[in-house]
Amino acid sequence: MKASAFAYARATSVANALELLVQHGEKAKLLSGGQSLIPAMNLRLISPELIVDIGEISELRGITVRGDSLVIGALTRHADLLKSSDIVKCAPLLAAAVAHVAHPAIRNRGTIGGSLAQADPASELPACMLALGTTIVVRGPGGERRIAAEDFFTGIYETKLSPQDLLVAIEIPVARKGSAHFFQEFARRHGDYAIVGLAAQAVLQNDRFADLRLGYFAVGDTPVLAKAASKLTGVAVTPALLADAAAALSDELDPHEDQQATRAMRRHLAKVLLARCVATLLNRPDLQAGGRA
Amino acid sequence: MTAPVSISLTVNGERVAAHVMPRLNLADFLREHLKLTGTHVGCEHGVCGACTVRIGGEIVRSCLTLAVQVNGATVQTIEGLSDTGEIADLQAAFRDRNALQCGFCTPGMLMAAQDLLQHNRNPAREEIREHLSGNYCRCTGYQAIVDAVETTARTRMERSA
Repeated sequence: MKASAFAYARATSVANALELLVQHGEKAKLLSGGQSLIPAMNLRLISPELIVDIGEISELRGITVRGDSLVIGALTRHADLLKSSDIVKCAPLLAAAVAHVAHPAIRNRGTIGGSLAQADPASELPACMLALGTTIVVRGPGGERRIAAEDFFTGIYETKLSPQDLLVAIEIPVARKGSAHFFQEFARRHGDYAIVGLAAQAVLQNDRFADLRLGYFAVGDTPVLAKAASKLTGVAVTPALLADAAAALSDELDPHEDQQATRAMRRHLAKVLLARCVATLLNRPDLQAGGRA
Repeated sequence: MTAPVSISLTVNGERVAAHVMPRLNLADFLREHLKLTGTHVGCEHGVCGACTVRIGGEIVRSCLTLAVQVNGATVQTIEGLSDTGEIADLQAAFRDRNALQCGFCTPGMLMAAQDLLQHNRNPAREEIREHLSGNYCRCTGYQAIVDAVETTARTRMERSA
Protein backbone atom coordinates (compact mmCIF):
# COMPACT_ATOMS: atom_id res chain seq x y z
CA MET A 1 0.00 0.00 0.00
CA LYS A 2 0.94 3.65 -0.20
CA ALA A 3 1.15 6.10 2.68
CA SER A 4 -1.78 8.49 2.98
CA ALA A 5 -1.15 12.13 2.13
CA PHE A 6 0.83 14.28 4.53
CA ALA A 7 2.61 17.62 4.62
CA TYR A 8 6.38 17.70 4.71
CA ALA A 9 8.83 19.98 6.48
CA ARG A 10 12.60 19.67 6.31
CA ALA A 11 14.01 20.71 9.69
CA THR A 12 17.13 22.84 9.41
CA SER A 13 18.28 22.52 13.02
CA VAL A 14 17.34 20.86 16.31
CA ALA A 15 15.69 24.12 17.42
CA ASN A 16 13.68 24.27 14.19
CA ALA A 17 12.58 20.63 14.59
CA LEU A 18 11.47 21.31 18.19
CA GLU A 19 9.49 24.40 17.07
CA LEU A 20 7.65 22.31 14.48
CA LEU A 21 6.88 19.63 17.07
CA VAL A 22 5.53 22.20 19.53
CA GLN A 23 3.34 23.70 16.79
CA HIS A 24 1.90 20.43 15.52
CA GLY A 25 2.03 18.13 18.54
CA GLU A 26 0.70 14.62 18.02
CA LYS A 27 -0.21 15.30 14.40
CA ALA A 28 3.47 15.38 13.50
CA LYS A 29 6.00 12.55 13.27
CA LEU A 30 9.77 12.79 13.08
CA LEU A 31 11.43 11.13 10.09
CA SER A 32 15.06 10.06 10.49
CA GLY A 33 16.04 6.93 8.54
CA GLY A 34 12.41 6.01 7.95
CA GLN A 35 12.99 2.26 8.14
CA SER A 36 10.26 1.76 10.77
CA LEU A 37 8.14 4.86 10.20
CA ILE A 38 7.62 4.47 6.45
CA PRO A 39 6.59 0.79 6.58
CA ALA A 40 4.06 1.72 9.28
CA MET A 41 2.78 4.55 7.06
CA ASN A 42 2.71 2.36 3.94
CA LEU A 43 0.68 -0.22 5.87
CA ARG A 44 -1.59 2.63 7.07
CA LEU A 45 -0.93 1.71 10.69
CA ILE A 46 -0.27 5.40 11.24
CA SER A 47 -1.22 8.46 9.18
CA PRO A 48 0.61 11.54 10.46
CA GLU A 49 -0.51 14.90 9.08
CA LEU A 50 2.99 16.31 9.06
CA ILE A 51 6.36 14.66 8.58
CA VAL A 52 9.28 16.58 10.10
CA ASP A 53 12.37 15.34 8.27
CA ILE A 54 15.41 15.63 10.57
CA GLY A 55 17.66 13.67 8.18
CA GLU A 56 19.76 16.67 7.22
CA ILE A 57 20.62 17.90 10.72
CA SER A 58 24.24 16.83 10.47
CA GLU A 59 25.07 17.77 14.09
CA LEU A 60 22.97 14.77 15.15
CA ARG A 61 25.14 12.27 13.28
CA GLY A 62 28.46 10.93 14.51
CA ILE A 63 30.34 8.90 17.10
CA THR A 64 32.75 10.50 19.58
CA VAL A 65 34.56 9.42 22.75
CA ARG A 66 34.29 12.03 25.53
CA GLY A 67 36.15 10.99 28.64
CA ASP A 68 34.53 7.79 29.92
CA SER A 69 31.55 8.07 27.57
CA LEU A 70 30.93 6.99 24.03
CA VAL A 71 28.52 9.54 22.57
CA ILE A 72 26.48 8.52 19.55
CA GLY A 73 24.33 11.06 17.72
CA ALA A 74 20.73 10.03 17.13
CA LEU A 75 21.06 10.10 13.33
CA THR A 76 24.04 7.75 13.30
CA ARG A 77 23.15 4.92 10.98
CA HIS A 78 23.44 1.22 11.73
CA ALA A 79 26.02 0.96 8.92
CA ASP A 80 28.07 3.73 10.62
CA LEU A 81 28.02 1.74 13.88
CA LEU A 82 29.25 -1.37 12.08
CA LYS A 83 32.17 0.51 10.49
CA SER A 84 33.27 2.42 13.60
CA SER A 85 36.52 1.45 15.33
CA ASP A 86 35.37 3.42 18.42
CA ILE A 87 32.35 1.13 18.73
CA VAL A 88 34.53 -1.99 18.46
CA LYS A 89 36.86 -0.62 21.13
CA CYS A 90 34.41 1.02 23.57
CA ALA A 91 31.14 -0.91 23.10
CA PRO A 92 31.84 -4.14 21.20
CA LEU A 93 28.43 -5.51 22.27
CA LEU A 94 26.83 -2.92 20.02
CA ALA A 95 28.99 -3.94 17.05
CA ALA A 96 27.97 -7.58 17.57
CA ALA A 97 24.29 -6.66 17.81
CA VAL A 98 24.08 -4.34 14.81
CA ALA A 99 25.14 -7.14 12.47
CA HIS A 100 21.78 -8.74 13.34
CA VAL A 101 19.70 -5.62 12.68
CA ALA A 102 17.78 -6.21 9.47
CA HIS A 103 19.70 -6.30 6.18
CA PRO A 104 22.48 -4.20 4.59
CA ALA A 105 20.07 -1.99 2.61
CA ILE A 106 18.10 -1.22 5.79
CA ARG A 107 21.23 -0.66 7.87
CA ASN A 108 22.39 1.95 5.36
CA ARG A 109 19.37 4.13 6.23
CA GLY A 110 18.14 3.12 9.69
CA THR A 111 19.40 5.17 12.64
CA ILE A 112 20.09 4.34 16.27
CA GLY A 113 17.86 7.17 17.50
CA GLY A 114 15.04 5.99 15.28
CA SER A 115 15.34 2.43 16.51
CA LEU A 116 15.28 3.48 20.18
CA ALA A 117 12.39 5.93 19.72
CA GLN A 118 10.44 3.24 17.86
CA ALA A 119 10.98 0.89 20.84
CA ASP A 120 9.95 -2.31 19.14
CA PRO A 121 10.27 -4.91 21.92
CA ALA A 122 11.75 -7.41 19.44
CA SER A 123 14.53 -5.15 18.20
CA GLU A 124 18.13 -5.54 19.25
CA LEU A 125 19.34 -2.06 20.14
CA PRO A 126 16.97 -1.23 23.04
CA ALA A 127 18.15 -4.37 24.88
CA CYS A 128 21.78 -3.39 24.23
CA MET A 129 21.08 0.00 25.81
CA LEU A 130 19.88 -1.74 28.99
CA ALA A 131 22.89 -4.06 29.10
CA LEU A 132 25.31 -1.19 28.50
CA GLY A 133 23.79 1.14 31.11
CA THR A 134 23.17 3.82 28.49
CA THR A 135 21.87 7.32 29.11
CA ILE A 136 19.44 8.66 26.51
CA VAL A 137 19.64 12.39 25.86
CA VAL A 138 16.37 14.06 24.92
CA ARG A 139 15.54 17.66 24.04
CA GLY A 140 12.06 19.07 24.42
CA PRO A 141 10.27 22.34 25.05
CA GLY A 142 11.60 22.39 28.65
CA GLY A 143 15.22 21.87 27.63
CA GLU A 144 17.45 18.82 27.78
CA ARG A 145 16.69 15.67 29.81
CA ARG A 146 18.87 12.68 30.45
CA ILE A 147 17.00 9.41 30.91
CA ALA A 148 18.51 6.09 31.98
CA ALA A 149 17.77 3.37 29.43
CA GLU A 150 16.20 1.31 32.23
CA ASP A 151 13.50 3.98 32.64
CA PHE A 152 13.17 4.92 28.96
CA PHE A 153 11.21 1.98 27.53
CA THR A 154 7.69 1.91 28.94
CA GLY A 155 5.67 -0.34 26.63
CA ILE A 156 5.23 -1.73 23.13
CA TYR A 157 6.40 1.14 20.88
CA GLU A 158 6.19 3.36 23.96
CA THR A 159 8.92 5.38 25.63
CA LYS A 160 9.37 8.38 27.90
CA LEU A 161 9.45 10.58 24.77
CA SER A 162 6.54 13.00 24.51
CA PRO A 163 5.27 14.12 21.06
CA GLN A 164 7.29 17.34 21.52
CA ASP A 165 10.58 15.57 22.27
CA LEU A 166 13.56 14.83 20.07
CA LEU A 167 16.02 12.09 21.02
CA VAL A 168 19.37 13.73 20.24
CA ALA A 169 22.07 11.33 21.43
CA ILE A 170 22.98 8.38 23.59
CA GLU A 171 25.88 8.07 26.00
CA ILE A 172 27.40 4.69 26.71
CA PRO A 173 29.97 4.16 29.49
CA VAL A 174 33.21 3.05 27.82
CA ALA A 175 33.82 -0.66 28.44
CA ARG A 176 35.95 -1.18 31.56
CA LYS A 177 39.00 -3.42 31.89
CA GLY A 178 37.84 -7.02 32.27
CA SER A 179 34.64 -6.37 30.31
CA ALA A 180 33.16 -9.07 28.16
CA HIS A 181 30.01 -9.28 26.08
CA PHE A 182 27.68 -11.87 24.58
CA PHE A 183 25.06 -11.44 21.89
CA GLN A 184 22.82 -14.09 20.40
CA GLU A 185 19.31 -14.27 19.04
CA PHE A 186 16.97 -16.85 17.61
CA ALA A 187 15.39 -15.75 14.32
CA ARG A 188 13.82 -17.61 11.42
CA ARG A 189 16.01 -15.81 8.90
CA HIS A 190 19.16 -13.72 9.36
CA GLY A 191 18.03 -10.12 9.83
CA ASP A 192 14.48 -10.92 10.90
CA TYR A 193 13.08 -9.73 14.19
CA ALA A 194 14.18 -12.11 16.92
CA ILE A 195 11.99 -14.80 18.47
CA VAL A 196 14.09 -14.31 21.61
CA GLY A 197 17.44 -12.57 21.97
CA LEU A 198 20.02 -11.70 24.61
CA ALA A 199 22.48 -8.81 24.75
CA ALA A 200 24.76 -9.23 27.76
CA GLN A 201 27.55 -7.12 29.21
CA ALA A 202 29.75 -8.42 32.01
CA VAL A 203 32.79 -7.56 34.06
CA LEU A 204 34.89 -10.59 34.93
CA GLN A 205 37.16 -10.98 37.94
CA ASN A 206 38.96 -14.22 38.82
CA ASP A 207 36.58 -16.52 36.93
CA ARG A 208 33.55 -14.82 38.47
CA PHE A 209 31.15 -12.15 37.37
CA ALA A 210 31.89 -8.89 39.17
CA ASP A 211 28.97 -7.52 37.19
CA LEU A 212 26.50 -9.10 34.78
CA ARG A 213 23.78 -7.24 32.87
CA LEU A 214 21.40 -9.37 30.82
CA GLY A 215 19.32 -7.41 28.28
CA TYR A 216 16.62 -9.68 26.87
CA PHE A 217 14.46 -8.74 23.89
CA ALA A 218 11.31 -10.17 22.29
CA VAL A 219 10.28 -11.47 25.72
CA GLY A 220 7.49 -9.03 26.57
CA ASP A 221 6.24 -5.46 26.13
CA THR A 222 9.67 -3.92 26.67
CA PRO A 223 13.26 -5.07 26.67
CA VAL A 224 14.06 -6.61 30.06
CA LEU A 225 17.13 -6.21 32.24
CA ALA A 226 16.91 -9.59 33.95
CA LYS A 227 17.16 -9.50 37.74
CA ALA A 228 18.14 -13.16 37.71
CA ALA A 229 21.65 -12.00 36.83
CA SER A 230 22.21 -11.00 40.47
CA LYS A 231 22.21 -14.69 41.44
CA LEU A 232 25.31 -15.20 39.32
CA THR A 233 27.49 -12.27 40.39
CA GLY A 234 30.29 -12.44 42.93
CA VAL A 235 30.02 -16.22 43.30
CA ALA A 236 31.52 -19.33 41.77
CA VAL A 237 28.86 -20.43 39.28
CA THR A 238 27.85 -24.07 39.59
CA PRO A 239 25.34 -25.98 37.43
CA ALA A 240 22.89 -25.88 40.38
CA LEU A 241 23.28 -22.11 40.75
CA LEU A 242 22.77 -21.62 37.02
CA ALA A 243 19.62 -23.75 37.15
CA ASP A 244 18.40 -21.61 40.04
CA ALA A 245 19.06 -18.42 38.02
CA ALA A 246 17.30 -19.94 34.98
CA ALA A 247 14.23 -20.69 37.11
CA ALA A 248 14.23 -17.12 38.43
CA LEU A 249 14.57 -15.82 34.87
CA SER A 250 11.63 -17.91 33.74
CA ASP A 251 9.52 -16.47 36.57
CA GLU A 252 10.36 -12.85 35.88
CA LEU A 253 9.75 -12.93 32.11
CA ASP A 254 6.25 -12.42 30.74
CA PRO A 255 6.63 -13.22 27.05
CA HIS A 256 3.93 -12.97 24.38
CA GLU A 257 2.53 -15.74 22.27
CA ASP A 258 2.43 -15.13 18.52
CA GLN A 259 2.75 -17.03 15.25
CA GLN A 260 6.47 -17.45 15.84
CA ALA A 261 6.47 -18.97 19.32
CA THR A 262 4.42 -19.86 22.38
CA ARG A 263 5.13 -18.34 25.80
CA ALA A 264 6.68 -21.63 26.95
CA MET A 265 8.96 -21.75 23.93
CA ARG A 266 10.14 -18.18 24.56
CA ARG A 267 10.82 -18.96 28.21
CA HIS A 268 12.75 -22.06 27.18
CA LEU A 269 14.81 -20.18 24.60
CA ALA A 270 15.58 -17.41 27.10
CA LYS A 271 16.98 -20.04 29.46
CA VAL A 272 18.98 -21.60 26.63
CA LEU A 273 20.53 -18.21 25.91
CA LEU A 274 21.31 -17.72 29.60
CA ALA A 275 23.23 -21.00 29.73
CA ARG A 276 25.09 -20.24 26.52
CA CYS A 277 25.94 -16.75 27.71
CA VAL A 278 27.27 -17.82 31.09
CA ALA A 279 29.21 -20.78 29.67
CA THR A 280 30.75 -18.59 26.97
CA LEU A 281 31.68 -15.65 29.15
CA LEU A 282 33.15 -17.78 31.96
CA ASN A 283 34.70 -20.15 29.42
CA ARG A 284 33.02 -23.05 31.19
CA PRO A 285 31.70 -25.51 28.57
CA ASP A 286 30.35 -27.70 31.42
CA LEU A 287 27.68 -25.07 32.10
CA GLN A 288 26.45 -25.29 28.51
CA ALA A 289 24.45 -28.47 29.30
CA GLY A 290 21.24 -26.45 29.53
CA GLY A 291 22.16 -24.56 26.37
CA ARG A 292 20.62 -26.81 23.76
CA ALA A 293 17.68 -25.28 21.94
CA MET B 1 -0.40 21.79 3.43
CA THR B 2 0.15 18.66 1.39
CA ALA B 3 1.58 20.68 -1.48
CA PRO B 4 4.09 19.36 -4.00
CA VAL B 5 7.75 19.86 -3.10
CA SER B 6 10.40 20.58 -5.71
CA ILE B 7 13.38 18.25 -5.79
CA SER B 8 16.45 17.95 -7.95
CA LEU B 9 18.77 14.98 -8.03
CA THR B 10 21.01 12.91 -10.27
CA VAL B 11 19.66 9.63 -11.56
CA ASN B 12 22.03 7.36 -13.48
CA GLY B 13 24.25 10.33 -14.27
CA GLU B 14 21.48 12.64 -15.51
CA ARG B 15 20.16 15.69 -13.70
CA VAL B 16 16.47 15.41 -12.89
CA ALA B 17 14.16 18.07 -11.45
CA ALA B 18 10.54 17.46 -10.45
CA HIS B 19 7.64 18.53 -8.26
CA VAL B 20 6.48 15.63 -6.14
CA MET B 21 3.91 15.02 -3.43
CA PRO B 22 5.55 14.24 -0.06
CA ARG B 23 3.85 10.83 0.08
CA LEU B 24 5.48 9.65 -3.17
CA ASN B 25 8.16 7.08 -2.47
CA LEU B 26 11.37 6.86 -4.45
CA ALA B 27 10.40 3.57 -6.11
CA ASP B 28 7.21 5.05 -7.54
CA PHE B 29 9.06 8.25 -8.54
CA LEU B 30 11.59 6.20 -10.51
CA ARG B 31 8.95 3.97 -12.10
CA GLU B 32 6.16 6.42 -12.84
CA HIS B 33 7.86 9.78 -13.29
CA LEU B 34 11.11 8.63 -14.87
CA LYS B 35 9.77 5.40 -16.43
CA LEU B 36 12.69 3.46 -14.95
CA THR B 37 10.66 0.31 -14.37
CA GLY B 38 13.58 -1.98 -13.60
CA THR B 39 13.15 -1.05 -9.94
CA HIS B 40 10.36 -3.37 -8.83
CA VAL B 41 7.74 -2.78 -6.16
CA GLY B 42 6.92 -5.94 -4.22
CA CYS B 43 5.94 -5.71 -0.57
CA GLU B 44 6.11 -1.91 -0.11
CA HIS B 45 7.26 -2.28 3.47
CA GLY B 46 10.92 -3.13 3.24
CA VAL B 47 10.82 -6.90 3.43
CA CYS B 48 11.32 -8.21 -0.10
CA GLY B 49 14.22 -6.17 -1.51
CA ALA B 50 12.86 -5.97 -5.08
CA CYS B 51 13.06 -2.15 -4.97
CA THR B 52 16.76 -1.97 -4.04
CA VAL B 53 18.60 1.03 -5.57
CA ARG B 54 21.74 3.00 -4.69
CA ILE B 55 21.72 6.39 -3.02
CA GLY B 56 25.17 7.98 -2.79
CA GLY B 57 26.66 4.63 -3.75
CA GLU B 58 24.96 2.67 -0.94
CA ILE B 59 22.10 0.25 -1.45
CA VAL B 60 18.75 1.20 0.10
CA ARG B 61 15.09 0.25 -0.09
CA SER B 62 13.48 2.75 -2.48
CA CYS B 63 10.02 1.84 -1.12
CA LEU B 64 11.15 3.05 2.34
CA THR B 65 12.60 6.29 1.04
CA LEU B 66 10.50 9.29 0.11
CA ALA B 67 11.29 11.07 -3.14
CA VAL B 68 11.57 14.33 -1.16
CA GLN B 69 14.36 12.76 0.91
CA VAL B 70 16.65 12.31 -2.09
CA ASN B 71 16.77 16.00 -2.96
CA GLY B 72 20.38 16.69 -3.93
CA ALA B 73 21.31 13.01 -3.88
CA THR B 74 22.86 10.73 -6.49
CA VAL B 75 20.66 7.75 -7.31
CA GLN B 76 21.60 4.72 -9.38
CA THR B 77 19.10 2.14 -10.52
CA ILE B 78 19.45 -1.25 -12.18
CA GLU B 79 19.21 0.54 -15.56
CA GLY B 80 22.29 2.60 -14.65
CA LEU B 81 24.34 -0.39 -13.50
CA SER B 82 23.25 -2.35 -16.55
CA ASP B 83 23.92 0.38 -19.14
CA THR B 84 27.41 1.19 -17.87
CA GLY B 85 28.39 -2.49 -18.07
CA GLU B 86 29.31 -2.49 -14.37
CA ILE B 87 27.49 -5.75 -13.75
CA ALA B 88 27.60 -7.34 -17.22
CA ASP B 89 29.55 -10.32 -15.88
CA LEU B 90 27.17 -10.78 -12.94
CA GLN B 91 24.17 -10.63 -15.27
CA ALA B 92 25.81 -13.21 -17.57
CA ALA B 93 26.49 -15.48 -14.59
CA PHE B 94 22.83 -15.24 -13.51
CA ARG B 95 21.72 -16.15 -17.04
CA ASP B 96 24.21 -19.02 -17.41
CA ARG B 97 23.30 -20.56 -14.05
CA ASN B 98 19.51 -20.05 -14.46
CA ALA B 99 19.58 -17.87 -11.35
CA LEU B 100 16.22 -16.36 -12.31
CA GLN B 101 12.90 -17.69 -13.45
CA CYS B 102 10.19 -15.04 -13.33
CA GLY B 103 12.80 -12.29 -12.90
CA PHE B 104 10.83 -10.14 -10.49
CA CYS B 105 13.49 -10.21 -7.79
CA THR B 106 16.44 -10.07 -10.19
CA PRO B 107 17.09 -6.29 -10.31
CA GLY B 108 17.17 -6.12 -6.51
CA MET B 109 19.26 -9.31 -6.32
CA LEU B 110 21.80 -7.87 -8.75
CA MET B 111 22.00 -4.58 -6.81
CA ALA B 112 22.54 -6.41 -3.50
CA ALA B 113 25.00 -8.93 -4.99
CA GLN B 114 27.10 -6.21 -6.62
CA ASP B 115 27.11 -4.33 -3.30
CA LEU B 116 28.53 -7.43 -1.59
CA LEU B 117 31.20 -7.95 -4.26
CA GLN B 118 32.30 -4.32 -3.95
CA HIS B 119 32.86 -4.71 -0.22
CA ASN B 120 34.09 -8.29 -0.18
CA ARG B 121 35.93 -9.59 -3.23
CA ASN B 122 35.95 -13.20 -2.10
CA PRO B 123 32.82 -13.92 -0.05
CA ALA B 124 32.08 -17.38 1.36
CA ARG B 125 28.72 -18.91 0.42
CA GLU B 126 27.43 -18.18 3.91
CA GLU B 127 28.40 -14.52 3.52
CA ILE B 128 26.61 -14.37 0.17
CA ARG B 129 23.47 -15.83 1.74
CA GLU B 130 23.69 -13.38 4.61
CA HIS B 131 24.12 -10.36 2.36
CA LEU B 132 21.20 -11.45 0.17
CA SER B 133 19.02 -12.34 3.18
CA GLY B 134 16.98 -9.18 2.64
CA ASN B 135 16.05 -10.12 -0.93
CA TYR B 136 13.25 -12.58 -1.50
CA CYS B 137 13.18 -14.93 -4.49
CA ARG B 138 10.09 -17.15 -4.75
CA CYS B 139 11.28 -19.19 -7.75
CA THR B 140 14.84 -20.43 -7.55
CA GLY B 141 15.38 -21.58 -3.98
CA TYR B 142 18.46 -19.28 -3.92
CA GLN B 143 20.97 -22.06 -4.68
CA ALA B 144 21.54 -20.91 -8.27
CA ILE B 145 21.71 -17.26 -7.21
CA VAL B 146 24.43 -18.02 -4.66
CA ASP B 147 26.25 -20.06 -7.33
CA ALA B 148 26.13 -17.15 -9.81
CA VAL B 149 27.46 -14.65 -7.26
CA GLU B 150 30.19 -17.07 -6.20
CA THR B 151 31.20 -17.67 -9.83
CA THR B 152 31.33 -13.94 -10.54
CA ALA B 153 33.52 -13.33 -7.47
CA ARG B 154 35.91 -16.07 -8.56
CA THR B 155 36.09 -14.83 -12.16
CA ARG B 156 36.76 -11.25 -11.02
CA MET B 157 39.51 -12.47 -8.68
CA GLU B 158 41.15 -14.44 -11.51
CA ARG B 159 40.88 -11.49 -13.88
CA SER B 160 42.54 -9.10 -11.45
CA ALA B 161 45.24 -11.60 -10.41
